[in-house]
Amino acid sequence: MSIERIVIVGTGHAGTQLAASLRQDGYAGAIALIGDETDLPYHKPPLSKAFLKGGEAELQLLRPEEFYVKNRVELMLGRRVAAIGPAEHRVALDDGSTIAYDRLVLATGARPRLPALPGIDLGGVVALRNRADGLMLRAATVGAEDVVVIGGGFIGMELAATFAALGRKVTVIEAAPRILGRAVAPQISEHLAASAVAAGVRLLTATTLRGLEGDQGRVSHVVTANGERIAAQVVVVGIGVLPNQELAEAAGIACANGIVVDRSFRTSHPDIFAIGDVASYEHWMAARVLRLESVQNATDQARAVAKSLLGMPADYRAVPWFWSDQGDAKLQMVGLSFDADEHVVRGESGAGSFSVFHYRAGRLLAIDSINRAADHMLGRKMLAAGFSPPPAAVRDLSVDLRALAEAALAERAAPVIAGA
Amino acid sequence: MTTITFIQPDGAAREVVAKPGESGMQAATRAGVEGIIGECGGSCMCATCHVEVAPQDIGRLPPRDDIEQEMLESILTDVPEGSRLCCQIKLVPELDGLVLHVVEIAG
Repeated sequence: MSIERIVIVGTGHAGTQLAASLRQDGYAGAIALIGDETDLPYHKPPLSKAFLKGGEAELQLLRPEEFYVKNRVELMLGRRVAAIGPAEHRVALDDGSTIAYDRLVLATGARPRLPALPGIDLGGVVALRNRADGLMLRAATVGAEDVVVIGGGFIGMELAATFAALGRKVTVIEAAPRILGRAVAPQISEHLAASAVAAGVRLLTATTLRGLEGDQGRVSHVVTANGERIAAQVVVVGIGVLPNQELAEAAGIACANGIVVDRSFRTSHPDIFAIGDVASYEHWMAARVLRLESVQNATDQARAVAKSLLGMPADYRAVPWFWSDQGDAKLQMVGLSFDADEHVVRGESGAGSFSVFHYRAGRLLAIDSINRAADHMLGRKMLAAGFSPPPAAVRDLSVDLRALAEAALAERAAPVIAGA
Repeated sequence: MTTITFIQPDGAAREVVAKPGESGMQAATRAGVEGIIGECGGSCMCATCHVEVAPQDIGRLPPRDDIEQEMLESILTDVPEGSRLCCQIKLVPELDGLVLHVVEIAG
């Protein structure tokens, strides 16, 4: 049966790239791209940095408006999908209208999780996810002196650096013993923590909160579990996200910390697919079921699902990579470091330019880099090829890792001559 | 006002007027210049905004920083003098008339 209409729900990085990839791969049928935000699809990462710092609150668009016209993408902005009817092959919008599809792709993303704390609904408390949150944060910051960031994860540490650069007094509150604890090696946490402190940020790790206090409906303080009252006219929450899976769940599609998909991004319903932050899948590198929240995951999955929608072979084996700009420190990560049993440092952490190579049983799993883009880029190549440099070579800065990897990969690619 | 020109591999030229504070990548993607993607939004992470600066303009640009240099070295065997990731080129008024050649990238 030919596919005449593909409906994509979600106008983030994943949904928008999918529209582009379908056209690049030669799909000629209809594409509808539906999202509840009213803005043209835009880059999310700058919201925690340039968007807050800039003179004007300008969005950086993913594609210019003419792209959607030229590529015949029916952009349905400011529209919320209310329900999916898998049997009818239709989605219902909140205005009561319905749209038919042959294939449906859910790229609904995730939303910030909020802590169950007294006062979390006070004015001046913001969780940053989209432009509206960014505008609220910009407005709340005007005239504010004290900013408290709840959660020392990527977005929290980026925001802390941004607000410190804007001259605000910033306190980061993290429940775990170190920042970014679940994501990066201890050496990386230490370096980024030291950079934040040097920029004037107060870091309270191993600290939980009792609640938030307000004055006339606006936040004035956060109170730690041991009773310290910290002034705050702005509180930003960054303690993780929840996948937007409710639409799928209501339609009877299997969900478990996200919408469950197979290697071709198909959900438990054969004509419905899911990609991006919301998709839960068994990752080829880690042999475990996970969701990844990143631009790379969104766009690479979009390219892969386009192929699988069009019946082309699509074995998804992208190497995950991620970045976080925290003030002057550029953190770049490649691979997945779960279950690593050996962590090898290349470079000098004191010099602010080093990488941590993660191994399991001698196999390279991931590299976290601070201001060492060459290691990061080489990591993408080595992990894609399944090449693990010996730890001794990684430790030794006099070894040219790139030459080592290229020689090994060239040897592997060399033709085997029969009888030779 | 800063007007710059992007030239495609087939020779087609496109003039773009930059907004204050924009990077080469931002101006190009706003105008829909083919071949400049800027997938990472300008964080010098994806190398999808690769250009060759016209020889007469190379000296007008500030040098690459370490990250841009390492990114270019990672995608090219030899990095020509004019190779840049244009998300790192801030289009200040002094760069009016800049000519950038879009480099074809695989994939």
